[in-house]
Amino acid sequence: MSKEIRKNPLEANLHRRTFMKGIAAGLAGAVLPVSAADAFNWDSFLQKHFKEMSDEEIKRVIERLEKEASLEWKKNIHISATKALPNVKFGYGLDLSRCIGCRKCVYACVEENNQSRMPQVQWITVLRFKKGEKWTDLENSEKYYKPKEVPEKDFFYMPVQCQQCENPPCVKVCPTKATWKEPDGIVVVDYNWCIGCRYCMAACPYGARRFNWAKPNIPEKELNPEAHYLGNRPRYKGVVEKCTFCIQRTRAGKYPACVEVCPVGARKFGNLLDPKSEIRYLIENKRVFRLKEDLNTEPKFYYFFTT
Amino acid sequence: MHGKGTAFLMMIVTAMVSFLTFSYSYVGAGEKPAEVRKDDIPKFFVPSPPSSENFPCSKCHQFRAADKTKRKLQEYHTTVELKHAEEQRWCYDCHEGDKLKLQNGQLINFDKSYYLCGQCHGIIFRDWKAGVHGKRTGSWDGDKLYRLCVNCHDPHQPKYKPLEPKQPPKKPADIK
Repeated sequence: MSKEIRKNPLEANLHRRTFMKGIAAGLAGAVLPVSAADAFNWDSFLQKHFKEMSDEEIKRVIERLEKEASLEWKKNIHISATKALPNVKFGYGLDLSRCIGCRKCVYACVEENNQSRMPQVQWITVLRFKKGEKWTDLENSEKYYKPKEVPEKDFFYMPVQCQQCENPPCVKVCPTKATWKEPDGIVVVDYNWCIGCRYCMAACPYGARRFNWAKPNIPEKELNPEAHYLGNRPRYKGVVEKCTFCIQRTRAGKYPACVEVCPVGARKFGNLLDPKSEIRYLIENKRVFRLKEDLNTEPKFYYFFTT
Repeated sequence: MHGKGTAFLMMIVTAMVSFLTFSYSYVGAGEKPAEVRKDDIPKFFVPSPPSSENFPCSKCHQFRAADKTKRKLQEYHTTVELKHAEEQRWCYDCHEGDKLKLQNGQLINFDKSYYLCGQCHGIIFRDWKAGVHGKRTGSWDGDKLYRLCVNCHDPHQPKYKPLEPKQPPKKPADIK
């Protein structure tokens, strides 16, 4: 390379290579977030995995998230990070002889857990089967039924949501470990760690996970401000979400929203490790089964019949 | 001196450990899981107010002689159409003055009406006491609010009324 500098319009005394290096460095510097107005900020970039953070770090992260969420949703959101209660493993029971397919659980869940209304995200799906036909094949079900009144004669209804498996295939396939099983049995997703590859959605045999294809749209009046970091806090575009057994309610001792709203009491919830709970009573006394038992996922969702 | 001290300490520790092990096994011996005792009536429920205009029954029935022949009522209580074992029984088989009457003659208040229903629907009564039948709200490990049978089932026409279902999910073809 000759030390001569060719004549150039800028009359600059620079080699071409030096000039190009200067341009590249300048562009890189311009991308760095030095002002607060940047959408990208260092704290969220350097945030560690939830399971690796100490309680102090989690508190700081939550403060930042609460501030961001309040700005975003124009409402004071309170995010908690309650840990799992000791000696608790949540179990769920669903009475198929009582479910009338009214879908009240679906919409109670949507409201409680801040699911996007447009595009529509519903964690619970209610499937309708004709009595007497081959029904364990879930593809034979109808989920868009719209009769004037339910229950319809000769049909029965089976709601499906995340089964909170003891051996979850979704956790096994996650490339970033953004989803894991908590000690109380709930499979959770850290929305700040999820990269949105949807491998877990492909792995789930129950079709329980939902993806946010666009920024979630929640009417301000219906936003639930009581949230949990791993549960119903307002999500972002491009993350996967699913039923968390209302982690914000159950870790505070309350029933999940779907259990409370069911008008016929078809939904039962409790602690599998407590021998006096209603979930243990029905597992021991009723005709119980679980979906797709042959896949060895060990779901915690028990369907049963009382008649 | 040391030997005596350690021996004494060992004795205390062994005594404590054996006491603890034996006490645990004693406590666990008599308990059977998921057994509902006879007097295990749930503590919290919403008592159903009987029809306010016709309650208390003695408002009118004090002044009338009871005509206990089974018939279709013409003058009063015509809105009550019995569709619940109506061939086998009628009003006076369950009602007696201001109270409800059990088959053994015992009279109970309206807020304990589950005993009356439980006479025939024993399995459902047992399930209700355990919390498996019917709606409950509250805490999964604490206080729960039960509902009386009549909160969901009209005792004269107990079949659960059909509801209008909520909207189905949007079909992918309908998303613009």
